[in-house]
Amino acid sequence: MTRYLLYRLLHSVVVIVGVTIIVFLLLHHLPGGPARAILGAKATPVSIAAFNREYGLDNPLPVQYLNYVGQLLHGNLGYSYKLNISVDALLSLDLPKTLFLVGISFLIAVIIAVPIGIAQAIRRNRMLDHGLTGVSFLLYSMPTFWLALLMIDILSARLRIFPPEAPQGTTLGEVITDPGALVLPVLTLVLINFALFSRYMRASAIESLAQDYIKVARSKGLPEHKVVWSHVLRNSLLPIVTLLGLSLPWLFTAGLVIEQIFNYPGTGLLFFTSAQSQDYPVELGITIVIAVTTVAGNLLADIAYAVLDPRIRYS
Amino acid sequence: MSMFSRPETGAVTAVVVAETAPDGGAVQARRRTRISVLGIIGLSIIVAACLFCFVGPLLYHTNQVASNLAASNLRPGKGHPLGTDDNGFDILGRLMIGGQSSLEIGAAVAVLATTVGVVWGAIAGFAGGIVDGVMMRIVDVILAVPALFLLLILATSVAPSTLELIVVLSFLAWQVPSRLVRGESLTLRTREFVQAVQVMGGGSTRAVVRHIIPNTISTIVVNATFQVADAILILAVLSYLGFGLPPPAATWGGMLSNGSSYIFAGYWWQIYPVGVLIVIVVIAFNFLGDALRDLLDVRLR
Repeated sequence: MTRYLLYRLLHSVVVIVGVTIIVFLLLHHLPGGPARAILGAKATPVSIAAFNREYGLDNPLPVQYLNYVGQLLHGNLGYSYKLNISVDALLSLDLPKTLFLVGISFLIAVIIAVPIGIAQAIRRNRMLDHGLTGVSFLLYSMPTFWLALLMIDILSARLRIFPPEAPQGTTLGEVITDPGALVLPVLTLVLINFALFSRYMRASAIESLAQDYIKVARSKGLPEHKVVWSHVLRNSLLPIVTLLGLSLPWLFTAGLVIEQIFNYPGTGLLFFTSAQSQDYPVELGITIVIAVTTVAGNLLADIAYAVLDPRIRYS
Repeated sequence: MSMFSRPETGAVTAVVVAETAPDGGAVQARRRTRISVLGIIGLSIIVAACLFCFVGPLLYHTNQVASNLAASNLRPGKGHPLGTDDNGFDILGRLMIGGQSSLEIGAAVAVLATTVGVVWGAIAGFAGGIVDGVMMRIVDVILAVPALFLLLILATSVAPSTLELIVVLSFLAWQVPSRLVRGESLTLRTREFVQAVQVMGGGSTRAVVRHIIPNTISTIVVNATFQVADAILILAVLSYLGFGLPPPAATWGGMLSNGSSYIFAGYWWQIYPVGVLIVIVVIAFNFLGDALRDLLDVRLR
């Protein structure tokens, strides 16, 4: 077990180092390099050379890379010359808002999908199961941006129940004071996640139902609802733990699209506007943070799974 | 099954496939000998979509280059079965032209990404040891960054051409096939017929190209089908966000993006036909992929 954890930890570190190399190379292989990105397309060769000297960009690449990693280790993600503010400061404002949006949607989706997935597994291949499978398959096939547009068209433009724009504000506190405006972005993310989780949950519960301990529970006379709630539920929940770790990149991707469509002031929208204004330091800073979060999420999910399920032995 | 799809769907569907056995009994995967009904439906939709996009413009002539502001935002009616957009382009005709780039790029990405992934995975699995370790860590690193973020960074610096889009999308899509093929390659290299090649003095290249890759063909075909669906989807997202093919190219994502400005004006014909078309085409490729997987008895791990 300890060996396994150490191996996983080492693996995560290797992957994160790889990500920093990719981001570093991206920053340096942009047309004209970072100087051009910061000084603009009309910068003269002289001013670019002066800039490179001042910021140590005329050093050999490996030296520059080590400097870059040194800065990262000190928590310095870069500086936005376009917005004239450090990337850290931008992220400390926007990241909580994104984590809130993604987190609450994930939570609601799990709370809905778990009982529904189990119900489908119990009534497998009946009307209820087929109906719900159809619904989740349809949602599952919907591109995020298309579902979001449908929500806006139906619930906002036609029925006029919810506003089409997410709440605005610089801090998370300001954003959550307007729950009505939060409904559409959260609902869209919930529906998309629900489609995935209920499929996952159904498959997982079907697997649990076929296990010997369920037969034992039934043959010792345990009422069916107890079999379901204490045996099937607990054992089928295990994959959900891994699911959180595995879904992180996908959650961030869906989050970016949703933040852009609903104008939700999180890191996704920040990334989008930075891409539009060619603000590379911000784009790359966000990329590093998201990659590290993804790797950490996978690591935690693996550890949690190993701790929760003692049947699993790793070599 | 790759860059833009939900995580680990393979694991879910593998369980679903195994579940065909009666309760509690020994689980046996039932090998189908005929393609499923959904697979036929998927294939028919794909053929219909190709005819619509590539043959359609030959029969239904529209001008998709010069705008006609006098005919902008017309409701569906005479002369324009699906209305016009804010530049006066006929929507039905634009769906056809926009579909051409989606289908071409989707197919090209599937072929390129699968080819690179297969070669990469087969070599890694066959070589084993440190080569395998290094090659697979590279795969892990690229998978750790959500593809859309890398795509937007790459698309920031250049307004991409069709070829650049294909290369960039493929660069972010070959990791999943490489993992799948590596897994199979690992077991195949211990099989007698592969070892026999080496005993008889055949080189590693021969073993990989003639014996390992042909034996993973089922996995490759199934995965490539899903790759087309994913590529069409992510291409639509990119175009929707304004980072796809630059104007005057017609794209499905661009049409949606354009139409979304007029949601509150009630111009439904600018978003519903194109949105539904994207969903139908993506579902069709997924249906076909599922059907092929059952038919070829592939387990995507």
